[in-house]
Amino acid sequence: MSAVALEGGFVDAPRDAAFAFRALMEVMARPGRIEELAGATPPAPLSIAAGVLLLTLADHDTPIYLGGACDTEDVRRWISFHTGAPMSGPSHAAFAVGNWDDLQPIDAFPIGTPDYPDRSTTLIVEVPELEASGAKLSGPGIRDQAFLSLPDPETLAKNNARFPLGLDFYFACGARVAALPRSTRIEACM
Amino acid sequence: MNDYNFAYLDEQTKRMIRRAILKGLAIPGYQVPFASREMPMPYGWGTGGVQISAATLTPEDTFKVIDQGADDTTNAVSIRQFFEKTAEVETTTTTSEATVIQTRHRIPEEPLTEDQILVYQVPIPEPLRFLEPRETETRKMHALEEYGLMHVKLYEDISQHGHIATSYAYPVRIEGRYVMDPSPIPKFDNPKMEMAAIQLFGAGREQRIYALPPYTSVVSLDFDDHPFDPSKAPHCCALCGAEDSYLDEVIVDDEGGRMFVCSDTDYCERRRAAGHRGAALAEDAA
Amino acid sequence: MYVAVKGGERAIENAHAWLAEERRGDPSIDELSVAQIREQLSLAVNRVMAEGSLFDPDLAALAIKQARGDLIEAIFLIRAYRTTLPRFGSSEPIETSDMQCDRRISATFKDVPGGQILGPTFDYTHRLIDFKLAADGEIPDAAEVPTDPEPVPHVTGFLNKEGLIEEALDDEEAPRDLTREPLELPADRALRLQALTRADEGFTLGMAYSTQRGYARNHAFVGELRIGTVPVEMDIPELGFAIEIGEITVTECESVNQFKGSKTERPQFTRGYGLVFGQTERKAISMALVDRALRWEELGEDFVGAPAQDAEFVLYHGDNIQATGFLEHIKLPHYVDFQSELELVRKLRREAGASQVQEAAE
Repeated sequence: MSAVALEGGFVDAPRDAAFAFRALMEVMARPGRIEELAGATPPAPLSIAAGVLLLTLADHDTPIYLGGACDTEDVRRWISFHTGAPMSGPSHAAFAVGNWDDLQPIDAFPIGTPDYPDRSTTLIVEVPELEASGAKLSGPGIRDQAFLSLPDPETLAKNNARFPLGLDFYFACGARVAALPRSTRIEACM
Repeated sequence: MNDYNFAYLDEQTKRMIRRAILKGLAIPGYQVPFASREMPMPYGWGTGGVQISAATLTPEDTFKVIDQGADDTTNAVSIRQFFEKTAEVETTTTTSEATVIQTRHRIPEEPLTEDQILVYQVPIPEPLRFLEPRETETRKMHALEEYGLMHVKLYEDISQHGHIATSYAYPVRIEGRYVMDPSPIPKFDNPKMEMAAIQLFGAGREQRIYALPPYTSVVSLDFDDHPFDPSKAPHCCALCGAEDSYLDEVIVDDEGGRMFVCSDTDYCERRRAAGHRGAALAEDAA
Repeated sequence: MYVAVKGGERAIENAHAWLAEERRGDPSIDELSVAQIREQLSLAVNRVMAEGSLFDPDLAALAIKQARGDLIEAIFLIRAYRTTLPRFGSSEPIETSDMQCDRRISATFKDVPGGQILGPTFDYTHRLIDFKLAADGEIPDAAEVPTDPEPVPHVTGFLNKEGLIEEALDDEEAPRDLTREPLELPADRALRLQALTRADEGFTLGMAYSTQRGYARNHAFVGELRIGTVPVEMDIPELGFAIEIGEITVTECESVNQFKGSKTERPQFTRGYGLVFGQTERKAISMALVDRALRWEELGEDFVGAPAQDAEFVLYHGDNIQATGFLEHIKLPHYVDFQSELELVRKLRREAGASQVQEAAE
């Protein structure tokens, strides 16, 4: 196995994962908020944020779909070695990782069922920029309004319209991460 | 306890709980099934809250545990000691100093901030359970948004008693979608649930986690002609004189003499430290 | 001055100290050793292993000692310990047809190949208190005969050859794991059996008994009950084959039940199945009867509303650790909820009183 696969994991998993989870919970609970993640150095093109997120949340029970450019041998091995998560197609993925274009069409991912809306994929989208500006967000977790640079507000607004079904998103940019749960209402205003 | 992992649970269990918490936050009010573990304390004694706290705490947290609003009730003491031993976290009884607060049956009087997380222990997470004991049925009712039965039950109360006869675990509607059990807090606490802090709910025995992001809309079910009434005992605290806090009634003598004191012990102590005095302490002040 | 309920911390410490003292009892009496419990209270040990879902006689004996003989408390200790153990993998299914039987009986045939082996059973003891035990009486040695090392065939296999009993086919599907996933309904048979094997013995017995008395009666016979040891094998990927990692004692009960047949199927007997750690035959027989009752749907029978037919009822209420925890939690303070009820009742009474006064005045 290549050295790339073995390196770059958590040094102190219980503590590193605890801090990372808190950041992931903060951004999911407060759409628009941007936090920084640390503790892992995954092989390119996976961002630090996506790598930390997977080490924190993925394991044998969570099939992972790697989209396009992210689907490299190094990335597969790294994920497999550090998390044990199996790779899968979109229809069974608990997590999907990739650039926005590589994850299209997002209709291929499960959005849950009326009985179990939680049985849906969480998309980890690698984005070139992540700023608290752009689309206007409102809904749970947001007192008045928040702003976030979103890759495709229109598609994401459609996702919200299916609530309580739908996909949840993390946006990873280097070490920074933000989230957009299905519950967030989106207005594409500039 | 050093043989155990940080915060007791193994990492795989924590990941499973963390995933459930995140789904819960993404679908506010929906009960996410999770593979609750046997904890070294009995089901029904806060295992759901304990598992959420274990998956949430970092070594830098300051942890507070209350039961019935008090830090020194035996089960609160027991849970606090558990995390002192297993997670080596700082603990506190001061609401404003805590970053994570685990609670049974109360929301602290002092408004919580964006930097805090409130973890509820939940015995029966399903608000429809008392109307329909079958999980297979209640799951359908949530899926179809069929909450008529709940309104009928509440209205029957009104026709029989003139009031809605639910005084705690008063059901709420989240963002106009899921009807949710707020855990057995008194209905007095319901209006506080639209707060700045993250709220996480854990039911260990029933294997459910649910959550409310900050500022989520939480509406106590009611009717136009019978609006929700978060009333409490019409008294003020005998110790600190507070008029705005939830009160416990304490029997003080064999004749049935009573006094009313704050259920939130930290709130009461803080007010007394600031010089507030209730009727029972008026002589001390004099 | 009034002091709020303080001192929870000291109260807990004192209670623990007192408990430790009570557990030990009179110190002038010899302390029980874990080995004594394991050897001489072995049926208690077996129950704790079965319902604790962990095969470890020494640990179960220790738990019984720590729990002062309260078996549900001991099961709780084992369960809480069990969840902290790392999981290295899962074994191959055990082959009960390879069992070295200590006991093996069939109620459906007078004699069967392999013979009826009574084994160490209470069945035909007269339930008379044996005062010799109080005097530490020596026991005479039991007679020994050389055993046949050949495996003993399953009795239901004979019925199977004639097509008289439904076939139990392996669906090749990996069963779900009740201890790693939340219970989800409808539960398939593998999941129901998992729940039953760790369910409370008393609950399972009561459910089984209710089927015999007519609540979803299904006319059960003990086709075979066998108790003995079986090897546990685990596939080691590095080796490429399975190796034996140990041996466990289990009790297996296959019930043979009546079935009238339907338009599509000729009349044949049906099965109920029980498999439990250790020598635990009351539990294994009960499990087989409840299993059979829960199979009404797949066998095309009517749901007659009997509790033992109701999978949701049985699965949600059979676990004694869940049940005892929730039952006993009502000991915890509930004064905040009670206070809110108190206020409401007072208010309703005030208003009722006022309206009565008004009516009287009118």
